Amino acid sequence: MPQSEPNELAAPEPTPVPVASAPEHPPALEIHGLTKRFGQKTAVDNLDLVVPAGSFYGLVGPNGAGKTTTLSMATGLLRPDAGEIRTHGVDVWRNLLEAKRLVGVLSDGVRLFDRLTGVQLVTYAGLLSGMDRDVVVERTADLLQLLDLENAGGTLVVDYSAGMTKKIALACAMIHAPRLLVLDEPFESVDPVSSANIRDILDGFVKSGGTVIVSSHAMDLVQRMCDHVAIIAQGRVLAAGTTDEVRAGSSLEDRFVELVGGRRHGEGPEWLRTLSNSAS
Amino acid sequence: MVAHLVKLRFLILWNSLKKSPWQLVAVIIGALYGLGLLIAIIAGLIALGFAPLDVTRSVTVVAGAATVLGWIVLPLVASGIDQTVEPARLVTFPIPTNTLLLGLTVSGVLGVAGIVTSLAAFTTVATWAHYPLAAVAALVCAAIAVLTCVVGSRMITALSANLGSGRRFREARGLIVFVPIILLGPIILAVTEAAPAIVDVLPTVAAIVQWTPIGAAWAVPGSIAAGEYGAAGVQFLIALSTLVAFVVAWRFALVHALENPAHTAASKAGKGTLGFFGVFPGTPTGAVAARALTYWLRDPRYAQSLVTVPLIPIGLGFMANINGVQGVLNATGPIVALLLALSIYTDVSYDNTAFALHLQTGVRGAADRLGRVIALMVFAVPLTVVLTVGTVWFTDTWSVLPGLLGIAFGALLSGCAMSSVISGRFAFAVPLPGESPFKSPPGAGVGLTLSLFATWAGLTILVIPETVLAIIGFVTGNMIWGWASLLVALVLGGAMLVIGVRWGGAILDRRGPEMFALLQAKK
Repeated sequence: MPQSEPNELAAPEPTPVPVASAPEHPPALEIHGLTKRFGQKTAVDNLDLVVPAGSFYGLVGPNGAGKTTTLSMATGLLRPDAGEIRTHGVDVWRNLLEAKRLVGVLSDGVRLFDRLTGVQLVTYAGLLSGMDRDVVVERTADLLQLLDLENAGGTLVVDYSAGMTKKIALACAMIHAPRLLVLDEPFESVDPVSSANIRDILDGFVKSGGTVIVSSHAMDLVQRMCDHVAIIAQGRVLAAGTTDEVRAGSSLEDRFVELVGGRRHGEGPEWLRTLSNSAS
Repeated sequence: MVAHLVKLRFLILWNSLKKSPWQLVAVIIGALYGLGLLIAIIAGLIALGFAPLDVTRSVTVVAGAATVLGWIVLPLVASGIDQTVEPARLVTFPIPTNTLLLGLTVSGVLGVAGIVTSLAAFTTVATWAHYPLAAVAALVCAAIAVLTCVVGSRMITALSANLGSGRRFREARGLIVFVPIILLGPIILAVTEAAPAIVDVLPTVAAIVQWTPIGAAWAVPGSIAAGEYGAAGVQFLIALSTLVAFVVAWRFALVHALENPAHTAASKAGKGTLGFFGVFPGTPTGAVAARALTYWLRDPRYAQSLVTVPLIPIGLGFMANINGVQGVLNATGPIVALLLALSIYTDVSYDNTAFALHLQTGVRGAADRLGRVIALMVFAVPLTVVLTVGTVWFTDTWSVLPGLLGIAFGALLSGCAMSSVISGRFAFAVPLPGESPFKSPPGAGVGLTLSLFATWAGLTILVIPETVLAIIGFVTGNMIWGWASLLVALVLGGAMLVIGVRWGGAILDRRGPEMFALLQAKK
């Protein structure tokens, strides 16, 4: 386990990667022919995706596009029906343990052990990864400070607000200093200030050689924050590449709507527009 | 709108059943059982019509009052049992309060309990069939009584929603009320013991209860049959004003509860302290143990098992007293050991999707299994020893001590072994984190009970050696057999535990994602 340097206020640094994204280094995440069916429904359909090491990668797509399913399979939570997934060259489903050490995960729609206090929960995540307790304690304090949760460290997570819960889950994902952070909807219901702080942390993480994958519905945010982006719909990748390539001159949101379709034109039904009959 | 609310209720019930055909089967079995009970009640009520007038009056009043009382007390005991049409969920819709009241009342009457109560209540018309005027009164009064039941129950729910300040109140209430339920067995025993005496006091009780809000409605037909028209009129007024008062109180409480949703003041557990995480070794196994032990204290679903422990010697003491066989009390140690060992049987199901953390961090299955067992052993071992030695001291039968310890530790170790294998393999329909420990998805009981029976059967086989040795010791009175039993229990049980932890761990390592998918389906 990497020992954390006694930095005064820095995010746990990822295990050093010699020169980010040098060609001979395998991508942070490489997915080929990934498929997952739930009964009749094909959630992920022969999906290919390459996330270069050292990139800040945005994953966008409409509801039910298969983002969460893809990320679950990439992080060892859901067994694929077919396909290959590698993180930093490690085959995830052949070498689960090794792959898991490289990845930090924030899952959407998954419970936390919320009868623990914030400090206890992050400590628990660290200890489960096999880290030394002293290192865990030190990093937990750093993380809580970074995420503006210092005062909530002794509060049970069950009593947290939605945004605080997101942040403590993020701390759990980062405690073991992974090389790849996979974050499913990390900014949902997080306040603007905390959201900006989290972005700074993630930027710093990427600058120091780590890789971040975020899924989000907030197009503006992804366009500003991510250097790479993939648009996913119906279990397939519609477009992927650097953010500038994908948006091709227009805004990411317009490009997204153009690719995904389903935009309705008009101003809604007549009765919703008129204020005249709102009396009763 | 009222029809809408009622329809909503049945839709929710039906949809929750459609998710699993086995749940449907379980519900049908439950319904048949209820139906049998209902037929027995109806037959009893009709037969009651042929009893002497005094008896009929006393029985209907007391039984009726007990029914009303049950309806009113139930929401206190079992919060969250019926959340199908919870007012709090309807708060965003523009429904007039009175319509909401009416809708909730009707959907309450048309619930399973409501239908059963209604059928039984209206059967009292047949009970009073020998007195035509009383039968007519029974018809009206049965309607009033049923409404009093439903409205009273809703009123208490709304009132307690106002009283309780969120999570902790709810949890504490759930646990406190759990105590009498556990003691139900001894209480029933004591009551049956005193049954002849009760028959004597029944008329006296009835004479008082018939003037109370819960009994008045049931007393009216009897008073008419006896020709006491004045009394009947007063009782009818009492019954009617009770219903009105309940409705008014309910309306007030409901409006207040909807405008002031409950919230929980954040609970602090000492800033920056690690709790058990600082005590156990800083390894994955130690962390799992620390987490599990924290949950034993903080999660009402676990605390419920702990509350049970002191009640077992009390219950056995009752039985010992009644049978006059003091030795019954000695069973305390083994029974507690068995219950505790099987209480971690649904451990991963209790985690629900929080278990994802174990998968994401790549903790070894064996470490997960062992940590949970260690957390249990921390208090289960001392408890078992103290209870076994304590009961033997109390009954002054020191010669059975080693054999009893043998059975107790055999059950504890082998039981933990079985729990370790099963809890990581199957996801059971248990109350979700934060839900009342009493809430169970419809039909969940049967599935859980069946698998538990299988486990008990398996466990019985595993503990045969130490049990046989111990029994030989009890019969012959030779303590050497007892010591042999204890030795076998420790060695054999220890070996079982090692196998169980390894095996269960291997299953988790192999099937972790599949287990997680099962847990997600229970979400």
